[in-house]
Amino acid sequence: MMDLLQQLGQVGLQAFQRLGRGSLFFFQVLLGFPDLIRRFHLVVVQLWSVGVRSLLLIVVAGTFVGMVLSLQGYNTLVDFGAEESLGVLVALSLVRELGPVVSALLFAGRAGSALTAEIGLMKATEQLAGMEMMAVDPLRRIVAPRLLGGILAMPLLAALFSALGVIGGYFVGVGLLGVDDGAFWSQMQTKVDLNDDILNGVIKSVVFGVAVTWIAVFEGYDAVPTSEGVSRATTRTVVHSSLAVLCLDFVLTALMFNG
Amino acid sequence: MSSNISEGSPLVSIRDLHFSRAGRTIFDGIDIEIMRGKVTAIMGPSGTGKTTLLRLIGGQIRPDQGTVEVDGEVVHKLSREKLFQLRQRMGMLFQSGALLTDLTVFENVAFPLREHTDLPESVLRNLVLMKLEAVGLRGAHGLLPRELSGGMARRVALARAIVLDPKMVMYDEPFTGQDPISMGVLVKLIRELNDALGLSSIVVSHDVRETLAIADYVYVIGHGKVVGHGTPEEISNTDSPWVEQFVKGLPDGPVSFDYPAPEFIDELMHGAES
Repeated sequence: MMDLLQQLGQVGLQAFQRLGRGSLFFFQVLLGFPDLIRRFHLVVVQLWSVGVRSLLLIVVAGTFVGMVLSLQGYNTLVDFGAEESLGVLVALSLVRELGPVVSALLFAGRAGSALTAEIGLMKATEQLAGMEMMAVDPLRRIVAPRLLGGILAMPLLAALFSALGVIGGYFVGVGLLGVDDGAFWSQMQTKVDLNDDILNGVIKSVVFGVAVTWIAVFEGYDAVPTSEGVSRATTRTVVHSSLAVLCLDFVLTALMFNG
Repeated sequence: MSSNISEGSPLVSIRDLHFSRAGRTIFDGIDIEIMRGKVTAIMGPSGTGKTTLLRLIGGQIRPDQGTVEVDGEVVHKLSREKLFQLRQRMGMLFQSGALLTDLTVFENVAFPLREHTDLPESVLRNLVLMKLEAVGLRGAHGLLPRELSGGMARRVALARAIVLDPKMVMYDEPFTGQDPISMGVLVKLIRELNDALGLSSIVVSHDVRETLAIADYVYVIGHGKVVGHGTPEEISNTDSPWVEQFVKGLPDGPVSFDYPAPEFIDELMHGAES
């Protein structure tokens, strides 16, 4: 029993120690952000790497999620004769929840894991140590552009996800199931609020972008510099950032939409 | 670059250095002096902490006790800013080369210049090509690191290490895993660059023949201490059994082949009981 308690305490201590290290790391990286104004090309490269290269996944996933949402929503709404509200259902579900959350989960799997593996391998092959010996701070040169790139890319990807979801929903609802075209768009226009819905969705995706990219770059930088260490760090990135997105989504939803 | 001390004084002074990691003592009070303009070799078997010593000199890790002084400055007492200023006067050649894999050979060598200077592109280009010419790889400037052989990668890393015209260059196992030709090229380069550019070089290696051929002074470390030092001739003709075993590569001597373990018979009996 005592052993179990001791182990539990040790795990708890280690978790808090890592959280502390991660927080310090985050603030050190933030100090490198002003430098990036002068060298914005480094951020553009990362926007390409984490943003543009995730486009295909986001486009396909967004379209299909919108189509499924429309199909499921129609089957329920039609029982109440409310199928004309399909546009509202699809749009609100996407901009408030599914857009930011699903795109963040996909982003964690596609871009987060790649960031961790890249930084972890740079550490394992002494590229980061080499940079330090050249009097170049890897936190500023390597980590800061990646963190900012991820933070900027995430809301753009989430917006694209939602937009394509709405188009997918329109295609199924109006094109295949026969919902009235005008009602689909006009109800959406009336019921979806710029501040309450769209802006809150954007805020969520920015928060998720910070969380996922922070976890990804920290795990890479903190990885044990071996093949196994990098592999474990990559797995931790996907697991931790997915859990973080889901927990943060609950907290943010409670704060934004509760009453 | 200003120097805080006179020409005749050592560039690096290591005094009473103690360092341990994960409960294992790596250095147990070592004293080393690296003289200016010389090639100084730090030798010893694998696992004796030679690379750790370079990391201590570069300020990447801190000693538990004692001091590491480079060019008149105690490395581990410097602020991060001052340490980075000092590192601009040091070049380091990592065992793996540590080239940035997403940049071409040219961009790898240009990297420190782009980070620390504001030189016009034409000047920067000439400087990079000059350094690549010095290591015989001007023609490879457009290649990516993955297209280079191990020896070429190390030469590119060497060009990068000297691109800021440092006062000293540290070489971490420069000859390991090299074919005879690459090794010969590297041996020649280290000596020639040291003399032509007025550098001070620290070569960490366990390749006895190559290292003794170019070193002006040699330190041999083992068991956390300096077990012998002197000119290559003195080291070759040493009367220390430890140094003799290392230099001549003898299987028997004070350095045990076996990793410390309990008595074999005890372990076998204990295994049978359990």
